[in-house]
Amino acid sequence: MKELVLIFISTVLINNFVLTYFLGVCPFLGVSGRLSSAIGMGFSVIFVMTFASSIAWLVYHLILVKLNLIFLEYIVFILVIASLVQIVEMFVRKYSPPLYRALGIYLPLITTNCAILGCALFMVAKNYNFLEAVIYGFSAGLGFTIVLLIMAGIREELTYCQVPKVFRGAPITLITAGLLALCFMGFSGLIRA
Amino acid sequence: MGSRSFKEGLWTNHPIFRQLLGMCPTLAVTTTVLNGISMGLAVIFVLFFSSLVVSLLRKVVPYQVRIAVYTIIIATFVTIVDIFLKANFPQVSKALGPYVPLIIVNCIILGRCEAFASKNKLSLALLDALGMGVGFFWGLVALASVREILGQGTILGYRILPPSFNPLVVMILPPGAFLVLGSLVAIMNRLERVK
Repeated sequence: MKELVLIFISTVLINNFVLTYFLGVCPFLGVSGRLSSAIGMGFSVIFVMTFASSIAWLVYHLILVKLNLIFLEYIVFILVIASLVQIVEMFVRKYSPPLYRALGIYLPLITTNCAILGCALFMVAKNYNFLEAVIYGFSAGLGFTIVLLIMAGIREELTYCQVPKVFRGAPITLITAGLLALCFMGFSGLIRA
Repeated sequence: MGSRSFKEGLWTNHPIFRQLLGMCPTLAVTTTVLNGISMGLAVIFVLFFSSLVVSLLRKVVPYQVRIAVYTIIIATFVTIVDIFLKANFPQVSKALGPYVPLIIVNCIILGRCEAFASKNKLSLALLDALGMGVGFFWGLVALASVREILGQGTILGYRILPPSFNPLVVMILPPGAFLVLGSLVAIMNRLERVK
């Protein structure tokens, strides 16, 4: 139990996917302009990442390792993620139209979110068992969402600020992200290695 | 037409500074110039050969499954690079770590395959891939140089700033990546406005 809590805290706050591994920076910069779209994207990512991490664990340990096909890891993982996103999209559209209206447009974008593939690769590299892999996927998604929401809040405020012309748009967003990363480094003392 | 598609990636439509694509390797591996160079070369290789295959197959691949096909083509070349690095340059492979397999989801590569290689003939597709690849390469080297000089006072491991210089460690930590890239994009904006 203690292990799981440690994985949760360290993945959400200390080794945050966006701010320390730079995974998922493209959607992070892309959809953090408005709070409403950030919420939609964030929850889609939590959802897909939890599933992707669990299914990638099953595929890796039950199929690739058994058949000695580890060199196919990358190709198989990307296929798993792409088809998973498709299935989730179809499932949500059929069974929960309100959820589909909220998340619909973000789901296809997730295939190319490097955080999902990164999560699957890290999960294998860290040699987690199944339960740990599920928790890892969930907390990585949650960490992404928290940072995305904070960023969206800051950027909504930024629209009222007088930013120097050359810094408008991408530069000021990147620098804000840098300051946010600096803040998150304050969490690094939470767990002693 | 040919030279234009080459120049696009080098400057006018630069993948990092203009399109802000491929952020994850850009920010993650540019702690030292050596890492930047290795990642840049790996991306050039994958981009070149993926564009080659995609352009050759452009009339064969059905429209509905094209993204899946492109992804598998890219993943194949990335696997080749990864195995090659592990066998011949184990240290580089270790330094780049998971960011080598993550080239698969680098939006520059999929973006160029989808937007350019799948619609143009082989020679143009290769020129475009080279332009974008070299553009990405110099972007990485530029970012890595600033970070290594300010963060460690060295370049490619050689000390160039006097020992009295107090390294700004934050530059080689994650926040530094965001700060330096933000400033470089602002400088690019400024240069563009002067023109």
